[in-house]
Amino acid sequence: MNHWLVAPIVLPLVTGALAALTGTRWPRATAVLSLAATLGFLALSIALVRQAEAGAVQAYLLGNWPARFGIALALDRLAALMLLLTALVALISLLYALAAEHRRGLHFHALFQFQLMGLAGAFLTADLFNLFVFFELLLAASYGLLLHGGAEGRRERLKATVHYMVFNLVGSAVFLVAVGLLYGIAGTLNMADLAVRLAELPPDSRTLAQAAALLLLTVFAVKAALLPLYFWLPDAYASATAPVAALFAIMTKVGVYAIARTTTLMFGSGSGGAEATALVFQPMLPALALATLALAAIGVLASVRLRSLVAYLVVASAGTLLLCIGLATRDSVAAGLFYLVTSTLVAAAWFLVADRIAAARASGDALLRPAALAPRAWAPLGLAFIVAAIAAAGVPPLGSFLGKALLLQAAGRLPGAWAAWTVALVLVSSLAMLMALARAGSSLFWKPGAPAPAAVAGHHRLHVASIVLALGLVVSAALFARPLSAYTDAAATQLFARQAYIAAVLGARSVPPAHDVRREMRERGDAP
Amino acid sequence: MSLLLALAIGTLVGCGVWLLLRARTFDLVLGLTLLSYGVNLFIFVMGRWKTDAAPIVAAGRAATLADTGDPLPQALVLTAIVISFAMTALLLALALRTHAATGSDHVDGVEPERGAR
Repeated sequence: MNHWLVAPIVLPLVTGALAALTGTRWPRATAVLSLAATLGFLALSIALVRQAEAGAVQAYLLGNWPARFGIALALDRLAALMLLLTALVALISLLYALAAEHRRGLHFHALFQFQLMGLAGAFLTADLFNLFVFFELLLAASYGLLLHGGAEGRRERLKATVHYMVFNLVGSAVFLVAVGLLYGIAGTLNMADLAVRLAELPPDSRTLAQAAALLLLTVFAVKAALLPLYFWLPDAYASATAPVAALFAIMTKVGVYAIARTTTLMFGSGSGGAEATALVFQPMLPALALATLALAAIGVLASVRLRSLVAYLVVASAGTLLLCIGLATRDSVAAGLFYLVTSTLVAAAWFLVADRIAAARASGDALLRPAALAPRAWAPLGLAFIVAAIAAAGVPPLGSFLGKALLLQAAGRLPGAWAAWTVALVLVSSLAMLMALARAGSSLFWKPGAPAPAAVAGHHRLHVASIVLALGLVVSAALFARPLSAYTDAAATQLFARQAYIAAVLGARSVPPAHDVRREMRERGDAP
Repeated sequence: MSLLLALAIGTLVGCGVWLLLRARTFDLVLGLTLLSYGVNLFIFVMGRWKTDAAPIVAAGRAATLADTGDPLPQALVLTAIVISFAMTALLLALALRTHAATGSDHVDGVEPERGAR
C-alpha cells in the first residue's frame, strides 16, 4: 500500500494538535510551524497529483481492513486536483493571515490546520460515513475560524455563525438519515461497494434509494450553496475576516466535489437501479443551478458592499459549477473542473483585495459612500482590482473565460432546451457580473469623496505577497490552460469510467501481517 | 415493535423540527438534540432491530447476522452521538456568547417587534 495517501490527513492533524498546545505560549514558533506544515501539505499534494496523473486509481486501507469492512481512502485525478487546490488556497490565506490577523484571536493556527485536515479527508475518503465525519471536522473548525477576529464586527460574526452552525447541524442530521437509509437498503457504506449494490437493487427498494439520493443531494447542496439553501453564505462570507473568507472559497467546492463524486460513482448512469436513482437528480440539479446563477447575478448587482458582492460571486461560481455537473456529460464536467480551479483561486484573491481596499478607504468597503483611496494604494489596488475583475467576470483572456467557453461548447452539444437556457443564463449572468464589477470599480477608484484616512496602515509585505501569489496563480492558470485542461479532461473521463474506481477500492488487498500473532500464541500455549 | 420505533422516531424528529423553527437559541439547542436522538434511533433501526441476539460473536455460534446483532449501526450511532454531543456543547457556548454580546436570545441578535415572534 502507498502510505503517501494518508499523509495529507496526518500532517495537518499532528500540526494542529501541536499548534493547540503551543499556540498561546509560543505564538511565533507556532506561526512558523503552521507555515511549514502548509508548505509540506502543498508539496504532498503536488506529489499526489503527479502520482494520480499516471491514470491509475489508488486505494489505501485504513487499519488494514478489507474495503468492505474498514474505511478506505482513494486517490484519483479529481481528488488529487482538489487537494492541490486546497493547498494553494490555504497557502494564500495563511500568508495573508500571518501579516496580522492570526493574532486577533486564540488558536488560529490549530483551527486552520484542522480545517485542512477535514478538507483533505473529505476529498480522499471512499466511505460515505467517513465523509460525514470529515464534513463535521471541517465544519467544526470552520465555526471557530468564522468567529475568529477582533472586536469590530463581532456581533455580526456571532449572528452569522449561529445561522451557519444551526443550518449545517440540521444538514448533518439529514446526512445521517441518508446514510442510515443507504445502509438499510444496501448493507454497506463503502462508496465503491454501494455503487455495485445500488446497480443490483430489486425494484421495490429503488424508491428508497432515490429518497436517500435526494437527501444526500440536499446536504451537499447546503455546502455548495445551491439555490434554496444558499442563504447562509453571503452573511457568513461577508462577516468573516479576510483570510478566513479566502480559505472558505474552497468550502463551497467540497459540496460540489461531493455531488460530482456521488452522481458519477454511486448514482451514475449505470445499469438497473442506479439509472433510476440518477434520473431523480436530472431535471432538478441543472434547473436549480440555473436559478442559482440567475439569483447570484441579481445579488451581485444589488450589493452595496464590496464584500457581499464578492460573496455573491462565490454563489455564482457555485451555480456555474453545479450546472456543469448537473448537465452530466463528460464535456460539461471537464469544463466544470477547469472552471473550478480558476474560480476558487479568483474568489480567494477577491476577498483579500476587497479587504485591502476597505483598509485604504475612510468608508471601508461601502460602495455607495464615496471616499478617496489612500494615494499610495491607488495604483497597486487598481491593478489588482482589474485583474481580479477580468478573471471573475469571464472576460478574455483570463481563467474563468476559458472555463465558461468550454461550458458553452459543451452545452452546444446538449439536446433540446437545455442548450438554449444554459447559453442564455451563463452569458447574461456574466454580463451582470461585468456591469456590477465595472460600477464597483468606478465608484471605488474614480469617485471623489471623503478624504482618505490619515493614518493608513501600510500594506504589509505578506499582504502583497499573498495577493500577488493568488493573482499570479489565476494568470498562470490561463497561461498554462492547455496542460490544465488536458488534466481536467482526463479527470472527467476517469470520473465517468467508474469501474476503475470500484475495482481499485474493492480490489485493494490488506498487507499480510509480519507476525501471525494467533499462531505464535498457540505455539506458546497461552491461546484460549 | 416496528410501529413503536417508528412512532418514537417520528415524535422526536417532529418535536425537534418544531423547536428548531422557534427563533430562540435555547430552543434551537433542544431541537437539535431531539433531532439527533431521532436520527440516531433511525440509524439503529436501519440495521434491523433484533431481540435475543448476541451482541458479539460467541463461541459455538455461526458468525452471521442471523445469529448476532449488526455491530456496524452501533458503531455509526456511537460516532454520531459523540459528534452531536460536541456540537451541542459548541452551540451552547456560542449561544451564551451571543446572548452576552447582544443581550437577546433571538437568533438574529435583536428582539423582533411585538406580535411577530
